Amino acid sequence: MAKLKSWKELPCGAIIDDPTAVLENKTGAWRSQRPCWNAEKCIHCLNCWIFCPDAAVIVKDGKVVGINYDYCKGCGICAEVCPTKVQAITMEEERK
Amino acid sequence: MILAKTGNEALAYAMKQINPDVVAAYPITPSTEIVQIFAQYVSDGKVDSEFVAVESEHSAMAACIGSAASGCRTMTATASQGLMLMHEMLFIAGGLRLPIVMPIASRSVSSPLNIHGDHSDSLASRDSGWLQFFCETVQEGYDTLIQCVKIAERTSLPAICAVDGFILSHCMERIETFEDKPVREFIGKYKPNWNLLDIKKPILVGPATMQDYFFEFKRSQIEGMNKALPIIEEVQAEFKQKFGRGYGVIEEYRCEDAEAVVLLMGSACGTMREAVDEMRNQGKKVGMVKLRVFRPLPHQVLAESLAKFKTVAVMDRADTVNAWGGALFTEISSVLYDSPTRPKMLSYVYGLGGKEFSLADAAAVLEQAHAGKKEDLVTYIGVR
Amino acid sequence: MAESCSMLGGQALEVRWHGRGGQGAKTAALLFGESALDTGMYIQAFPEYGPERMGAPVAAFNRLSDKPIRSHAGVKNPRVVVVLDASLIEPARVTEGLVEDGILLVNSNVEPAELRKRLSLPPGIKLYVVDASKIAMETVGKNVPNTPMLGALVKVTGILDFEPMMVAIKHKLAEKFRGGKEKFVEPNLVSIRRAYEEVRC
Repeated sequence: MAKLKSWKELPCGAIIDDPTAVLENKTGAWRSQRPCWNAEKCIHCLNCWIFCPDAAVIVKDGKVVGINYDYCKGCGICAEVCPTKVQAITMEEERK
Repeated sequence: MILAKTGNEALAYAMKQINPDVVAAYPITPSTEIVQIFAQYVSDGKVDSEFVAVESEHSAMAACIGSAASGCRTMTATASQGLMLMHEMLFIAGGLRLPIVMPIASRSVSSPLNIHGDHSDSLASRDSGWLQFFCETVQEGYDTLIQCVKIAERTSLPAICAVDGFILSHCMERIETFEDKPVREFIGKYKPNWNLLDIKKPILVGPATMQDYFFEFKRSQIEGMNKALPIIEEVQAEFKQKFGRGYGVIEEYRCEDAEAVVLLMGSACGTMREAVDEMRNQGKKVGMVKLRVFRPLPHQVLAESLAKFKTVAVMDRADTVNAWGGALFTEISSVLYDSPTRPKMLSYVYGLGGKEFSLADAAAVLEQAHAGKKEDLVTYIGVR
Repeated sequence: MAESCSMLGGQALEVRWHGRGGQGAKTAALLFGESALDTGMYIQAFPEYGPERMGAPVAAFNRLSDKPIRSHAGVKNPRVVVVLDASLIEPARVTEGLVEDGILLVNSNVEPAELRKRLSLPPGIKLYVVDASKIAMETVGKNVPNTPMLGALVKVTGILDFEPMMVAIKHKLAEKFRGGKEKFVEPNLVSIRRAYEEVRC
């Protein structure tokens, strides 16, 4: 963990001017359920990518390529918005 | 130009000259006309401002915060219950250090319902991290609102410019206005510290902070307010240089050899001047100290000024409901506690809900201050 | 201005207006203030706010001075009281606080001597009467006594020069009646002139 800053070092207005700061906080550890993505079933509608609150769906050249488990909190929204017929994402028990 | 304008008209006129990027507001007595007249300027094409008609004061301040966070020069106006409804949003604007500028026609707070002037609304907002200016005349309201834009932006703090509801907001007085151009030159172009919509420089606004950082951010905000006083003085000096009218953070009126003074804020200062003159004609060594800047409280300036006198009577136009004196009294008492001379302090509450404060009332306070004593701990002037 | 200074005697001239909600007591006080400002004076004009209902008794005030006005206290002892509606004389206690040698100006069709008797006015008070409602009906076509009363007020106080004041008022009325209502400017000016000429004691 980085050394905590003194009040004198903080930006005016409590803004976070370094957006990469959020990368330090690996929220993947919060997960109790894990989304499993099936490349064969996926039709690349990108619903999951649009709805993911943590930008944890990895997309390359307009196609889903996987899920970033460092940050995915396992909220299940991606599975919820995946078209019913397709079911390319399903939630499974997280095993640690 | 010499014009006859009510407080509300003068404040709206100043807003027209300031030409803010965004005004989001909801009308409430006695500040309604500020918004109404400004909306007319917008529809007449006299300003470039985006006017957002919102559904409540809470939304008004929320919209102002959004606008200011997007780097826009932002203003609104309100009073009384409106300011109360904004309350939580005021703290957010303060914490985010957004230089929103807000004229207020200070009014009592319900219940019982009353639409008239006192300082209950502004003083109830004293801990929200806003600069607070209290004006004595319509002219001072106009001048101060223009100064506020510059002060707010230079300190990165939101600013309230308060005129007494009805007593000033609805009183037509002779004022001298400036041309639009010098006003716009004076306030200059707004350069925000940051802009939420700048996609080339992404930032995060309004983060959650826990025990590890919240206090540190607050400490930094407090420092911003601590450092505001010299900036206010600097802007006042620039204003005087450009427009010829000067104001201090406090003003001593006939205090040269005074033994007793009365300290107060707002429109009643004028009435007090008349009373001081009368007492001086009777050979009594009394004076008045007008406090114009309530936040930041000019601690050092007040300590130096007031230590000279034997008695300081403090008059509050709002009560704290059992702090044994109004907010001003308790704060001034705390300023003087460590003073080597420690003047005698007298506490008065006056004019709640627009109750008449007459020349005779002002003279009576000066008499008691001159005698250096009174019976009650707190005197409620004119209460039956 | 020489005349006005003698009227002021170094002090602010304080005026109280009585009217009913909708009769324009506030508007008249503001117009009077603005006109006085245009002749170089320091002014205040402010209404008394209460229940704002059409017909309810309302009051408005003026302070005029050749020096900056500092007081923000209410007007308790006016030198002049203007009554826009004679029916207010009883309920609004219009002479309350009026200084001993003050001026009472009433919109009424009653003879001054008769009205003085009815009000049992102290001898020091100067009573002036003008039928401003009649003038307003004949000029503007509506019972709007506030503007003609301005003319009568200027006459009885002598505080402003009439013609320069008319220029100022014309300008203010033109601002007020913009957007299709310009036709009301001239009749209002005529009503002010007539009241100036017809007011009597």
